[in-house]
Order: sequence, then C-alpha cells, then structure tokens
Amino acid sequence: MSDRVRVATRKGLFTVTRRSGRWHLGEPAFLGDPVTIVLDDPSDRTLYAALNLGHFGVKLKRSGDDGKTWEELDPPAYPAQPEGAEGAPWKLVQIWALETGGKDEPGVLWAGTIPGGLFRSRDRGRSWQLDRSLWDHPDRLKWAGGGYDHPGIHSILVDPRDSARVTIGVSTGGVWISEDAGETWRVAATGMRATYMPPELQGDPIAQDIHRIVACTARPETLWVQHHCGIFRSTDAAATWTEITDVAPSSFGFAVAVHPHDPDVAWFVPAIKDERRVPVDARFVATRTRDGGKHFDVLSTGLPTEPSYDLVYRHGLAVDSTGTRLAMGSTTGGLWISEDAGDSWQCVSLNLPPISAVRFAP
Amino acid sequence: MPRVVFTSQLQRHVPAPNCDVAGATVGAALDAVFAEHRTLRGYVLDEQGHLRKHVAVFVDGARVRDRERLTDPVGPESEIHVLQALTGG
Repeated sequence: MSDRVRVATRKGLFTVTRRSGRWHLGEPAFLGDPVTIVLDDPSDRTLYAALNLGHFGVKLKRSGDDGKTWEELDPPAYPAQPEGAEGAPWKLVQIWALETGGKDEPGVLWAGTIPGGLFRSRDRGRSWQLDRSLWDHPDRLKWAGGGYDHPGIHSILVDPRDSARVTIGVSTGGVWISEDAGETWRVAATGMRATYMPPELQGDPIAQDIHRIVACTARPETLWVQHHCGIFRSTDAAATWTEITDVAPSSFGFAVAVHPHDPDVAWFVPAIKDERRVPVDARFVATRTRDGGKHFDVLSTGLPTEPSYDLVYRHGLAVDSTGTRLAMGSTTGGLWISEDAGDSWQCVSLNLPPISAVRFAP
Repeated sequence: MPRVVFTSQLQRHVPAPNCDVAGATVGAALDAVFAEHRTLRGYVLDEQGHLRKHVAVFVDGARVRDRERLTDPVGPESEIHVLQALTGG
C-alpha cells in the first residue's frame, strides 16, 4: 500500500504524503514550470520528471534522493529530419508517457512523445533511441492530432510476464503492439469505433482516438480503454475489443484505472461528451465497475456537493498496487484520494494548479 | 568579437552567462557559446538546430530572419540578444 502520491501540475511537481491518517501536500519542485509526467523507478529508487517549458522546450530531470536534488538529462531527441519528410516536424513537443521496462530490465525506460515517437533508454535516461520501426511504419503517417496539433503516445504497457511485449496507446492512431521489444509493430484496435470519422473509416483501427489504455497487472490479457467515443475492453490481449455501453452518467472521459489483481474492476471519471467536457449536471463523480463493465457504481462520497466543472485528464487517475487506494487530480486543481477503492474520497486540495498526472510512489 | 546576451529568464533553469565569442553568423556565435555551455543549447535550439518556436533572437536591435539555418550575419561589435518571446508562456 502506498503512502505517497506524486502530482504533476501545470506549475510544479508535488508529493502528497499520508501521516496520521491524513494526506499532506508537500513543497513543490519546479515551482512555476509545467510538469507533464512523473515516474518512480522502484528498481533503483530513482524519480523522473518531464517538464515542458513554454519557451525553452522539453526537459527531463532525474533525482536519486526523492526529489531533494535534481540532475538534468538530455531528453529524447528526434534524428535529423530528411528533406521533404511528410508529417509533423521531427521535433519533440512533449513527453506524454514515461514507464520503466520489465523487472528483468533494470535501467530501461520507455518514453512516449508528441509528435508520435516512442523512445527507449537502456541507461536510466542518460541516452535515448527512437524506435525507428514504429516511426518509419507507413501507417504512422495516418495518425492524427487529438487534443494537440500532432499525434502522441500517452500510454505504454510493458507486459509483466514478458518484457518484450509492449502495448501503446496513440491519440489518435489506435492501439499498437510489439512482441519483440519494439522491433516490429502491429495495430490492434479491432472492434473499436470512431464516430467522428466518415462512415467507411469508423472501424479503421488506425482512426481510433485512444484517450488512455491500462492493463490488469495480474491478468495483462485484460485491457481497458477510455476512448473518445466510449469505453472498450479486451480480454484477449487486444486481439478484439468490446464496447461497454449503458454507462451512467456517461461513458465519455479521459482517464481509466484497472485493479491490479482483479481484471473486472475498473474506474473512470465521466464528463458529458467530447464537445462539452464537464461533469454531467455539474456533479463531479467517478464511476466503478466490479463485474467487467456490466454494471457501474457512481462514486461521489467526499467529492464536491456544489456545482463542479472539474475534468480529470488521462493521467489524472491512479490506483495503487493493492487496488484499494486511488488518487484523482483535475484540470481545475482538485486532488482527492480514496482509501476504500473509491467508496469515499478525501479532498487534499481544491486549489492546486491544473493537474496533468497523479501517480502512487512505491 | 560579438557579444551574446541571454535573457535572465534562462538563468532560472540553466547557467547562461553573457559571452564574447568569435563568429560571423548567429549560428556560429551561438555554437561557440554552446561549445562551452552544452546544456544551454537545448534551451535555445530544438533538435533540428532551429531556434525554438518561442525564443526570439535580435542582432543589434533587429529580429533575426533565418530561424532555421541561423545565417544572419553578425559583425565584430554586434550584440546578439537571446530572449523569450511573449508567446509560449
């Protein structure tokens, strides 16, 4: 069970710590600077933070002392752009996902970026290599911007049983899988539907806007996707996807978390729909299924009772390794933690900067 | 020798001292600075060697024209100011 939560925000990185039954906000690192993603690597107790400075570009920081001091690393960099290359400029816009490799690969990191490059480091972030197989895949040019101008990789899942099996989520570009540590890739979004596309393209796996994809740690063949057009689940390692329907108050959202041991338990944070990204009836709630998506509980105890317009972005919902503690941070700066799988929530703050990511520290 | 002057906004993130360096173009002068201050390069240029979108560079009061190849000429008495643009904040 984790007693600490990292909170990456538009204006700094916070750590929230549980003491005497309450959660306390610590002093921020990088105060004033946008932090897009944060990662604790338990294999060597290293903390990583990716920044996106408005003027001066993307930065990658590493701390070996739990954030007391930081070292600057060279961020992933795209190679020289060939004359006439199609698609987005070969320039790093944002580090949108940061994950460790498998337990048998200490020091390995994966970074998903906008404009769509996947990078790997084998030396704790000291150097990075662009996955050329994916970047040079002809279908990569069919990816499109989602909320940003250019496409991006926001979710990276390394199979706990086989570190060479890597699944990524692309907005927009579908779900992609490699079974050979990034040597080859295939798209795996059959069964999803993209109603924002022309009719003949709605079922195209590459057209799918994945908002977030997560896998059950104990049963990685079960995956959940919060999609632009609803919620989808796969129980066959992404070979096929089934839409989960009849979700009240809404199946639109960005975030999803799955219980690490029970693949039928997942949490979401609904909003009205894509063109109106606020809670239904201004009532901010989370939802939870405990039976694989047949039924959903609406979770509101401890959440605001007054009209609220909070949106939880794709990395703004996290579950700890036991499946009992949840953290949720909104784009209007609200932070809540649950110690009972979402049945009730404790408000940590309503006044933080916009929250881009929350994550339990090991 | 041209002088390169960096905005104080940069100093919060990375050492960016003002430097007198050899160089007949903006690119050559900046390269000379970055040879001594390696980390600073990534704050001013992107990985394609272009000026970052929200960084502004002036030579003797004129905004540089070539933001990609950095070929604007500089004279021996020139002052090159590297600033943050008002966009991008």
